[in-house]
Amino acid sequence: MLRASVIVFPGSNCDRDVKVALERTVGANVSMVWHNDASVPASDIIVIPGGFSYGDYLRCGAMAAHSAIMRDVVAKAKAGTPVLGICNGFQIVTEAGLLPGVLMRNESLRFTCRDVHLKVEQTDTVFTNAYSKGQVIKVPIAHAEGNYFTSPETLARLEGEGRIVMRYCDRTGKIDQAANPNGALANIAGICDERRRVVAMMPHPERMYEEALGGSDGRGVFESAVGSLVG
Amino acid sequence: MKARIKITLKNGVLDPQGKAIQSALGSLGFSGVNDVRQGKYIEVELAENNEAAAKDAIERMCKDLLANTVIENYSYELVA
Repeated sequence: MLRASVIVFPGSNCDRDVKVALERTVGANVSMVWHNDASVPASDIIVIPGGFSYGDYLRCGAMAAHSAIMRDVVAKAKAGTPVLGICNGFQIVTEAGLLPGVLMRNESLRFTCRDVHLKVEQTDTVFTNAYSKGQVIKVPIAHAEGNYFTSPETLARLEGEGRIVMRYCDRTGKIDQAANPNGALANIAGICDERRRVVAMMPHPERMYEEALGGSDGRGVFESAVGSLVG
Repeated sequence: MKARIKITLKNGVLDPQGKAIQSALGSLGFSGVNDVRQGKYIEVELAENNEAAAKDAIERMCKDLLANTVIENYSYELVA
């Protein structure tokens, strides 16, 4: 059975959704871990969920990235435990230095909450191996700061190493500015680390894991974690 | 000792908030506003009275937390 830990910060608001999604899609055994705890229990994966940790004070994710629990999350990630960051979790893992870049204010300046299409470009990560390469999936976004930015050197490195896991596209898979909901560099919706074990994405797979929610394209993220475990 | 810290976006980093402020200034009739960049101002009161030690602490605070050096620059002055 997949053992998952979901980190809960003051202001997290997708933590329980992630727990339920993990339980219903792959029958995971989920521990909720409070931000003040010193360590994460033994887990196959760690999920940093969405929300507004610490009220987005200073910068989104900045305070959470320096909380007590994140020291252990970073240590465990470096030791090889897969980490999934979703939305605010993406902002937190970049601030914590697990992934490069930063999520800036949306180009529109607006909080944007709607379904978007994503092209899954990399399927050799812990959280995308259940998809087929180039598959177009529909998952919702809900953020005001999802505008991915990094230096030209880092972008070139991410491209060269095949670390751009998902990009915003239209329903046919076309990647262009019209399909970019927030101004993100190169339509980046999700990236991974060198070892393809730390993955972060702005869209919310936990909000699209069964037909009753309007679609089930997000469940592949959780099924992938199990696939990696068995593999 | 007090530190007055300014955090600004690096050149070349898009500042949509600055752009929105610029356009609002324009719609209020302030003409000739060529550009607006928005930043942060933070005051930190330090127990430290040694200037070199205070500088060292502020540098680390800026790098570790107050600024995200991927997109932001910081500068500061120390006042007694």
